Amino acid sequence: MKLIVKNLSKNFKSTIAVDNISFEIDKNSTLGLLGPNGCGKTTSIGMMLGLITPTKGEILINGINLNSENRIKLLSLMNFASPYIELPKKLTVKQNLEVYARLYGVKEIKKRVEEMVEDLNLKKFLEKKTGELSSGQKNRVALAKSLINKPKLLFLDEPTASLDPDVGDFVREYIEKYKKKNELTVLLASHNMREVERLCNKVIMMKQGKIVDSGTCDQLIKKHGRQSLEDTFLKIARSKNELK
Amino acid sequence: MNLNKIFALSLRHVYLIKGSFPRILDLIYWPTIQIFLWGFISKFFTLNSSYFENTVGIILSAAILYDFLFRSSISYNMMFLEEIWSRNFTNLFIAPIKLSEIIAALTFTAIFRTLIGLVPAAFLAIPLFGVSIFKIGPPLIFLLITLYLFGVTLGLLVTSGLVRFGPSFENIAWASLFFLAPLGCIYYPIEILPDWLQTVAKLLPLVHIFEEMRNVLIHDIISYYQILKAIFISFIYFVFGIIVFYLSYEGAKNRGTLINMGE
Repeated sequence: MKLIVKNLSKNFKSTIAVDNISFEIDKNSTLGLLGPNGCGKTTSIGMMLGLITPTKGEILINGINLNSENRIKLLSLMNFASPYIELPKKLTVKQNLEVYARLYGVKEIKKRVEEMVEDLNLKKFLEKKTGELSSGQKNRVALAKSLINKPKLLFLDEPTASLDPDVGDFVREYIEKYKKKNELTVLLASHNMREVERLCNKVIMMKQGKIVDSGTCDQLIKKHGRQSLEDTFLKIARSKNELK
Repeated sequence: MNLNKIFALSLRHVYLIKGSFPRILDLIYWPTIQIFLWGFISKFFTLNSSYFENTVGIILSAAILYDFLFRSSISYNMMFLEEIWSRNFTNLFIAPIKLSEIIAALTFTAIFRTLIGLVPAAFLAIPLFGVSIFKIGPPLIFLLITLYLFGVTLGLLVTSGLVRFGPSFENIAWASLFFLAPLGCIYYPIEILPDWLQTVAKLLPLVHIFEEMRNVLIHDIISYYQILKAIFISFIYFVFGIIVFYLSYEGAKNRGTLINMGE
């Protein structure tokens, strides 16, 4: 699926959270959304998920406006994972996956749940309550939920935040493998620059609600004369609007 | 509306109840306590007053019906609060579900939660106090439907507040029914209220429902006109509740409160 964001803005009273941003994500590619805390990443993702009404602008998914009567149809082709939201804690992993498979209108629920369990190694704690799992296990379950409907467009908000390096690597590797096998466009918001370098075809940098730079990781590193994406991020984050 | 999605939303709450014995106990506990409390109070009144021979029956029937209203409203709010407490709110609202499907699922599931609590209490009142709510006869079904519709409406209005203002609105969820109870004339006839308050009370379906219940139990008279009036008033409030819910949802989308809503 191709995602086009056109002149998107969001104001909360007098605060401008997102200021006229435009970008595109090509079908099957991964775009990294970078920026310091409070730069408007979450608000932008919220608008792209249909949770926040934009003040101005359009979000087109395969040419169809998200905020139209086709919203439900588009949402069934999308999904989202974030460590900041959770699945019902008192339900078992299996129950949660079943409920979400039904909500997303998955046809062969049992088969799809089994596939996700197999792929993400969930078998050991399938009958355990989600609230009783470790962060790493919860993260894998959240990823399973976000892929249960075989989405064509996936939003990942810091998918490996607070994970140990081993689990973090497992998640990154899984996303890479999944993308090779399936048609999937990804928008990844992350503060982990190595993760961004590994997974993203292109990145956009946001600051104070605006896109201040974009390109491939290598292009950005070269352009700013730095050694790594992390240094480039720091330069942009600490600059005082000279990049504007 | 997609029935499979409505079923999925209901299933989430059925799993929640099924998986927790303390939760089931909690659902049964409060209505049962209510029955005991009002049963003994009204028995005491019967011993010391000759006003009604059937005081226990009337007060207990009123207590059971009021609890039915209370439970249906609270069940509705609780299901929504569960989503906030478990930080599942965002997952729910990014799923391809229509608002009408969420309302339908909450409405149908609330009856399930309500009945778990109330059926044991209603049956317990028969051997303990010799009071059977079923004595009201066929009008009971209509009274319950009306109460349920109004209970769900109150649930919808509180839920709208939760969507719009977030978890800080939680306290209102608990207080909402106590606010209306004095005007509902649940345990006393409407004539007890001052004239000006009677006019206000008549705008609520509760007065018509509980007046009708007393008519049936005391005078053995059934006025289907009064019952229809109560259903009609409840329905108007229900439609109003749905409109408020849609407006709150749009308001929340504008304010950005649907994302990352949690405790």
